[in-house]
Amino acid sequence: MSLRIVVTVKYVPDATGDRHFADDLTVDRDDVDGLLSELDEYAVEQALQIAEDADDAEVTVLTVGPEDAKDALRKALSMGADKAIHVEDDDLHGTDAIGTSLVLAKAIEKAGFDLVVSGMASTDGTMGVVPALVAERLGVPQVTLLSEVSVEDGTVKGRRDGDAASEQLEAQLPALVSVTDQSGEARYPSFKGIMAAKKKPVESWDLSDLDIEAEEVGLEGAFTKVETAAARPARTAGTIVKDEGEGGKQLAEFLASQKFI
Amino acid sequence: MAEVLVYVDHVDGAVRKPTLELLTLARRLGEPVAVALGNGAADTAATLAEHGAVKVLTHDASEYAEYLVVPKVDALQAAHEAVSPAAVLVPSSAEGKEIAARLALRIGSGIITDAVDLEAGDEGPVATQSVFAASFTTKSRVIKGTPVITVKPNSAAVEAAPAAGAVEALAVTFSDKATGTKVTARTPRESTGRPELTEAAIVVSGGRGVNGAENFSIIEALADQLGAAVGASRAAVDAGWYPHTNQVGQTGKSVSPQLYIANGISGAIQHRAGMQTSKTIVAVNKDAEAPIFELVDYGVVGDLFDVVPQLTEEIKTRKG
Ligand SMILES: Cc1cc2nc3c(=O)[nH]c(=O)nc-3n(C[C@H](O)[C@H](O)[C@H](O)COP(=O)(O)OP(=O)(O)OC[C@H]3O[C@@H](n4cnc5c(N)ncnc54)[C@H](O)[C@@H]3O)c2cc1C
Ligand SMILES: Nc1ncnc2c1ncn2[C@@H]1O[C@H](COP(=O)(O)O)[C@@H](O)[C@H]1O
Repeated sequence: MSLRIVVTVKYVPDATGDRHFADDLTVDRDDVDGLLSELDEYAVEQALQIAEDADDAEVTVLTVGPEDAKDALRKALSMGADKAIHVEDDDLHGTDAIGTSLVLAKAIEKAGFDLVVSGMASTDGTMGVVPALVAERLGVPQVTLLSEVSVEDGTVKGRRDGDAASEQLEAQLPALVSVTDQSGEARYPSFKGIMAAKKKPVESWDLSDLDIEAEEVGLEGAFTKVETAAARPARTAGTIVKDEGEGGKQLAEFLASQKFI
Repeated sequence: MAEVLVYVDHVDGAVRKPTLELLTLARRLGEPVAVALGNGAADTAATLAEHGAVKVLTHDASEYAEYLVVPKVDALQAAHEAVSPAAVLVPSSAEGKEIAARLALRIGSGIITDAVDLEAGDEGPVATQSVFAASFTTKSRVIKGTPVITVKPNSAAVEAAPAAGAVEALAVTFSDKATGTKVTARTPRESTGRPELTEAAIVVSGGRGVNGAENFSIIEALADQLGAAVGASRAAVDAGWYPHTNQVGQTGKSVSPQLYIANGISGAIQHRAGMQTSKTIVAVNKDAEAPIFELVDYGVVGDLFDVVPQLTEEIKTRKG
């Protein structure tokens, strides 16, 4: 019996670029180069490792995003995923976390799955809520924020390093996991992988393929509204001193003047 | 007056500071009704009352400790049904965000995460967020359902505001999904005796420039003089010099203290994402071109092995 793994990956604006808002207060995706969210590379990596450990497994990467989001899928395919699904629709512009989780859940159900693997957070929105939302929608256990994960005999196990404690978790498949950047370095695509990726199937679905109405997503369907977005005022230039032997004392003087000591 | 649900983060009855900050914010929106779950839930009442909770809804069951997230969502949903609040506020921890998100979906509401401020607006609460590694400040609203908002630690002052804090038992029926993810073992974090990183008023951090696990004692000594928490950059964590729990940044903790002191940290965007909202920023770095200096209120270009011990000594002397 084949283990069907779906990995959710997001195409995001480069964090080192000049990220900003478009006129409609959505994230501007035109002016900054995009890429596969680095945090989702960890998800692809763990999915591939789980697949390698299984007798028979298939890894599908799934993204919801604009035309260019295909780049993210291509990268994941060249790392070793078997096939890809791209959900793209003009009506998706401005979709929030609740809406994104709807589209992902419907697409995952349509694709068929035993295990969903997500990243810990997207590097642009950084909400870290989409995996929990998708699990809620799919009605499967959420085994999230894992720094270690394994699947054996239909059971997924992992370690979640939380604020107050480190927990060992366990759930029966089908399930959804999300993995952190502590789960292990992601592999680089090999030349062979890059060549092979060109021949791997990428399916394109739109909202009608998923029985989703336009009003349920996009800016129109959004549950939240950004009313204003302002660039943070540049910090007033601070005082910078060169240590000539008294740097520590000067710093103490500053801290005292600010009443920290 | 409208009631506002506040999810209580506590450890065996000891209420964590971010929850008290939430009560301050909740009072701007209405009357805070706290929801405390799990072992020690009822013991939270006195502290919550002191900070403005008019009611404390409590429920204890072994499910909260034995299964991940969903039992708490079931309980918060029960509280939402019982109270019909004007908003639901949850501390922005990793778990808090997951609980809040699932609740929002169930009650047909929108969710805002990581708010750094909240105010009452004509059309409901307005949340301030700091985005794109704190280079932008946004104001947002939930426009459908009961606003569910998670709030970052250090977003408001803890204020005494005595209220009734009447304890009421919350009736909770767990859903059949509640037992989906079993917690088979739990190792509590060892306490260092230092303040909690996200809650601390002062954070002293070390990066690659600290150059070795053994040298972190210099950072710790400064932190202890200031009563501060210790943070680390990812480079220091990846090198194995300091635990991941102390990592500050996009994939670590997000901190917003009164004072942040970065030592031997260059100030990469992913690090800034976790500390840029700090009120006062200080850096010690031997490279005058390091991007961290763009953020600082005060910077010392110098070797941290000279500057930091001298600073620690000077503080000690001044304290007498
Ligand atoms: C997806 C992703 C997520 C990430 N998440 C995080 C995160 O959460 N947190 C984080 O911190 N990083 C994160 N990073 C990594 C980040 O990009 C940087 O690599 C990292 O922050 C660098 O750490 P550093 O400043 O300690 O090291 P470096 O960039 O190497 O800087 C070291 C600094 O120390 C100075 N120095 C050296 N010796 C001395 C001395 N003796 N005295 C004084 N100064 C000295 C140097 O001049 C230099 O400026 C992430 C990266 C990615 C891709
Ligand atoms: N548009 C998207 N397409 C595919 N996966 C997504 C998308 N948005 C979020 N995800 C997944 O959800 C995780 C957390 O995202 P977020 O809640 O936005 O921080 C990411 O690491 C992805 O695995």
